[in-house]
Amino acid sequence: MYFEAIGKYIMMLKEVFTRPQKPKIFWENYFREIEDLGIKSIGLVAFISFFIGGVVTIQTARNLSNPLIDKLYIGYATMKSIVLEFSPTFISIILAGIVGSYIASTIGTMRITEQIDALDVMGVNSKNYLVLPKVLATVTFYPLLIVISMFLGILGGWVAGNLTGMVLTEDYLRGIRYDFEPFDITYALIKTVVFAFFIATIPAYYGYYVKGGALEVGRAATQAVIWTSVTIIIFNYILTQLLLS
Amino acid sequence: MIEVKDLYKSFNGKPVLKGISATFEKGKTNMIIGRSGSGKTVFLKSILGLIKPDRGIVSFDGRILDQLSLKEQRKLRMEMGVVFQGNALFDSFTIEENIKFPMRMFTNMSEAEMKKRVDEVLEQVELSGINNKYPAEISGGMQKRVGIARAIVLKPKYLFCDEPNSGLDPKTAILIDNLIHDLTVQYDTTTLVNTHDMNSIMEIGEKIILLKDGKKQWEGTKKDIFYTDNPDLNDFVFSSTLFRKIKEIVVKEGKIDF
Repeated sequence: MYFEAIGKYIMMLKEVFTRPQKPKIFWENYFREIEDLGIKSIGLVAFISFFIGGVVTIQTARNLSNPLIDKLYIGYATMKSIVLEFSPTFISIILAGIVGSYIASTIGTMRITEQIDALDVMGVNSKNYLVLPKVLATVTFYPLLIVISMFLGILGGWVAGNLTGMVLTEDYLRGIRYDFEPFDITYALIKTVVFAFFIATIPAYYGYYVKGGALEVGRAATQAVIWTSVTIIIFNYILTQLLLS
Repeated sequence: MIEVKDLYKSFNGKPVLKGISATFEKGKTNMIIGRSGSGKTVFLKSILGLIKPDRGIVSFDGRILDQLSLKEQRKLRMEMGVVFQGNALFDSFTIEENIKFPMRMFTNMSEAEMKKRVDEVLEQVELSGINNKYPAEISGGMQKRVGIARAIVLKPKYLFCDEPNSGLDPKTAILIDNLIHDLTVQYDTTTLVNTHDMNSIMEIGEKIILLKDGKKQWEGTKKDIFYTDNPDLNDFVFSSTLFRKIKEIVVKEGKIDF
């Protein structure tokens, strides 16, 4: 059953990645998706990143209370946690929940209300028309979103450290610059692009092939979020092995 | 003209279409009738290529959809207009954007030309002035007419309507029926209407095909309906007291004039 679904998903992708029938319409849809899937997520991503950054700093500071350990390690640990894991992976899982359910339910609703049939019968490649702009929008915009998340997470850590008095600004700044590896950013962005691809395509698959009514659309959205999250977790492990070991 | 030869389709081993053959002529309103579950929608979707039949051929003036190149398929699809049972209007688009959609996708018309054509078809379906409304802001009958406007905007050669009257009040239903008939005459389309509405059949049906259990059980004109002894047709058409009484009068008077 799973192999059949994977096969169907790959067959869908084959039709998604074809040349758009009308480039002008494709770019209009792309910018609309940037707004729907990207810009509208900025607020929540910023909010979560800022506060999680703060929490990471406080928890790290509590665990590094030994006076023999340099306080710079608080900023260092915060920066590493945010850049390597929290922003690319956990923000992607949060986006899989928000954006994934949105994609699956909108495409699923179009399926059950015959809007996809209407596209097909007109001669429009409905998979390409509906899914490709979403894939391109997430793949190009999410790296920017993750960079914003990294910045706000580290900023949140600094604010929390200062407000609680657990770490001084000077120590925190020394920490986030200590042993800085530019490849960490590259690694995070590579992961983001791969996860963004799954965030757009897996829910699109669940929405596109839904059968039934409103209840089935709801179930498809739930399934989409579950399987996108599972895929992200598995690929997070694979990519980490490939890129960092 | 649309020719269907020996169409078979089954789902999970359960046959739904069992070798249907039929010819639908140009400039006529062809009605496909039958009870719910008789295979009407599968038949129509198989003709449209939305469902791949297990066996059989559908040809549009000699062109078989599966055997055409992608470019030719697209050209043939541009000649088709479809009115869906649930309207299938794009709910995030305005009425004008919905009607413009086929023109934007498949023609190089300017914005002004498209706008002019939108106004023309909206006038034809008696809905002038609703360009900027969204589908959710208009009634079911109006949505149906917008669906018809979108279907005819590229002046199709083939018009397909799946249960165009479902859920409409009798007066609006007659309006839709007459609209379909008038457009068939105006654009000289080969029109196929899926219905189980007897009023529609009597109002605009020129050729009628009865499906039962995935088979063609009867074929004829609306006049023939009154004189046939086909038990399946009589069972379907004259199940209501009103139509039974009408039949009695027609047969007694010996003439019919629709």
